[in-house]
Amino acid sequence: MPKSSPDSASLLTMRGIVKQFPGVRALDGVDLDVRAGEVHCLLGQNGAGKSTLIKVLAGVHQPDEGAVVFGGRQVRLTSPTAAIRLGISTIYQELDLVDGLSVAENVYLGHEPARLGFVSQSQVNRATRELLAGLGHGEIRPTTEVGRLSPAAKQVVSMARALSYDTRLIVMDEPSAALAHDEVANLFRIIRELTAQGVAVIYISHRLEEIREIGDRVTVLKDGRTVAVGLSAKDTPTSQVVSLMTGRNVEHVFPPRPRPGSHDGRPEVLRVEGLSVPGRVSDVSLTVRAGEIVGLAGLVGAGRSEIVEAIYGARRASGRVVLNGTPVRGGNPSRAVRAGMGLAPEERKAQGLLLDQSVMRNISLSSLDRYARFGWIDRDQEASEARRQIEELGIRPPHLDRPIKNLSGGNQQKAVLARWLINGRRLLLLDEPTRGVDVGARAELYAVIRKLADEGIGVLLVSSEVPEVLGLADRVLVVREGRVIHESDARDLDEHHVLDMIMEGMPA
Amino acid sequence: MSDSSTPAVDEQAPTRTRDSMPRATTWNRLGEIPHLGLIIALVLLAVVGLVTVPGTFATASNLVSVLSLAATIGVITVGATFVIIGGGIDLSVGAVMALASVWATTLATQSFGPFVMIICALLVGTGAGLVNGLLISYGRMVPFIATLAMLVAARGLAQRMSDRKTQLIQQGNQVIVDMSTTRVLGLPVLVYIFAVVVVLGWLLLNRTTFGRRTYAVGGNPEAARLAGIDVRRHTVLLYALSGLCCGIAAVLIMARTTTGSSTHGDLYELDAIAAVIIGGTLLTGGRGTIVGSILGLLIFTVITNLFILNGLNTADQLIAKGLIIVVAVLLQRRSLTSRT
Repeated sequence: MPKSSPDSASLLTMRGIVKQFPGVRALDGVDLDVRAGEVHCLLGQNGAGKSTLIKVLAGVHQPDEGAVVFGGRQVRLTSPTAAIRLGISTIYQELDLVDGLSVAENVYLGHEPARLGFVSQSQVNRATRELLAGLGHGEIRPTTEVGRLSPAAKQVVSMARALSYDTRLIVMDEPSAALAHDEVANLFRIIRELTAQGVAVIYISHRLEEIREIGDRVTVLKDGRTVAVGLSAKDTPTSQVVSLMTGRNVEHVFPPRPRPGSHDGRPEVLRVEGLSVPGRVSDVSLTVRAGEIVGLAGLVGAGRSEIVEAIYGARRASGRVVLNGTPVRGGNPSRAVRAGMGLAPEERKAQGLLLDQSVMRNISLSSLDRYARFGWIDRDQEASEARRQIEELGIRPPHLDRPIKNLSGGNQQKAVLARWLINGRRLLLLDEPTRGVDVGARAELYAVIRKLADEGIGVLLVSSEVPEVLGLADRVLVVREGRVIHESDARDLDEHHVLDMIMEGMPA
Repeated sequence: MSDSSTPAVDEQAPTRTRDSMPRATTWNRLGEIPHLGLIIALVLLAVVGLVTVPGTFATASNLVSVLSLAATIGVITVGATFVIIGGGIDLSVGAVMALASVWATTLATQSFGPFVMIICALLVGTGAGLVNGLLISYGRMVPFIATLAMLVAARGLAQRMSDRKTQLIQQGNQVIVDMSTTRVLGLPVLVYIFAVVVVLGWLLLNRTTFGRRTYAVGGNPEAARLAGIDVRRHTVLLYALSGLCCGIAAVLIMARTTTGSSTHGDLYELDAIAAVIIGGTLLTGGRGTIVGSILGLLIFTVITNLFILNGLNTADQLIAKGLIIVVAVLLQRRSLTSRT
């Protein structure tokens, strides 16, 4: 390899990658340099170009300019197949598994080991079982239908699929987003085993502490450009990383809280008694007062989302839900909405948004009746209301007619919140409101949530990130295995203490 | 490190100044005109007609016959557009129309006069649609299966009611037949009814909460549900609307043929669905237009007309229609991917 890249240890070198989409230059000259056997972290705000960059690497998008050198040779990644053949596999943030197929069928989808066109199912199952065992998840059976698996288990299946190829570089886009704490530890163990064999990993995450733990070097992207290359993941100060990403120094700025006890006299907007979802939630009771933010802390799968969905009527449950003194019949979210609830669901894209439609139509979806007489929409009123909602939350760009899929994750989340900025909201249920949202936009979302509470709305907040619950909520309920095991003022808890409770189940 | 790309940026800079319209060439702007491809196709067909059968194609009587033919399926197509944008499919339209026409022309119904006959057709159509909707929403049946069952059953019921005989509209109820014979400004009344249905359909889809919710339910049912829309109720209404359109179509076909018959509307479901698809509506729901569907339908009707005028085989006509569906969908896929 006479004409290899300047750094002889480089497995992948990308130089001056440009990718133009209609109306936006997603990549504007990106450089990336990844060595064999390292964990290379890619940092950047939403919209910085990370997703586009890995799609270029995966052969999904073709760059308009720039060069890619892989294994010492200049390559063209013309299709996903071409990328896989070179040894580049990608685990996407939105898992791309087929729910109706078995675990084994998913792992070997598209490259089934076959003889004369006949797939040997037993061979596929055996190979899958070995891969899963190697990942420390021998309990996932190759014949199980993927649709029945938990998000964490699906993540493992995706990983197994990436490993089923003869792979030299694995790209992981926010692999820990859907994982609980102990699952992340297992993920890191797998990554270490891979890098020990010389496989390179490109690791994308918003969680800086993870990057410190697993990463070797860091590349920072901002506005489609590389702003820093090859920083040490362990030693670079957080403030420096954050300021590179944002151009300012922000880290989890939580808005000030009202004084303790200041909600005591306020009316209860929500009272839940004996809420149970068979197999998921047992006998949960809680209250939320006007102006109060109540946080549900717990692991993924502990039943937090199920509690919220049951309150909202989106999930069959037994028990009593009383909103503003009036019992709400379950079984149908439209009743909950009429009674004054609003939900920002966990899976923003799958459950929250009409991706094909404009920002305005996404915002006005829940309040159409307010602008309509006998079903006829007053479009001027709809637009002016949407404009107010966009302004109030600072959605950028502030265009009504832009398709919502062109907005960044943080702004999409704001649009979901904006939907509920209408008169008569008593209670907002926020399920992982900052998932996939970058540091700068998070601070804005926190401020918005606090402002809504200050206006007298009760907020029930679910988050996997303990610091977020502790920093934002007034009162915290710790959920474990479908039960509330602890409740106290957020100021009386620290992160360590809460983590102990949600992982070990130790009462306070 | 990003120095290498700087010249490229400067080159591109002028095109970036207008944020929403990069590389706004004339060609791209042409692509912004809605339904341009469909309009071009329609014009091309007209040219073919003028060249091959110059004496007969561009006559008033031929135009009237094309529009009368389009009117019946057209009304059904409007309903089908709603159902398909809402993420469903209605295979039962032709059979339901036949059943409505038979029910409205039984001796018993006819004895009450034309007004009751019309009401009867509309009620039968809406009722059948309601059954479809309830089976799909609350019986959790797949739309394809539920409406396939309705197709078979409605056709059977129509045969049983009419004893497989064609039922003539009686002298006293000629008002219904008048809809196809009376002309206003040269066009039969039934063409105006078709036009009114199209306009009302367009308004319902684009200006009302019902239309908005239809897009939402078809585009992302889970998001629609969590936004507080009663998805099940809305689905029932969509199929009921499709049924109502079948009822209106039944009145039109009664007017045109002076009969009610269990053989009316055979394979109309395919024509209606094909028109909707050619018109650019996604079969997966969430996207589509009434105008596109009507253009798609006109393309289909004009092709049929051209084949008849040229004395060509109906078999060839079917082949041509099949090809057009394929080409239309391929072209749309292309324009979709180039836009994203």
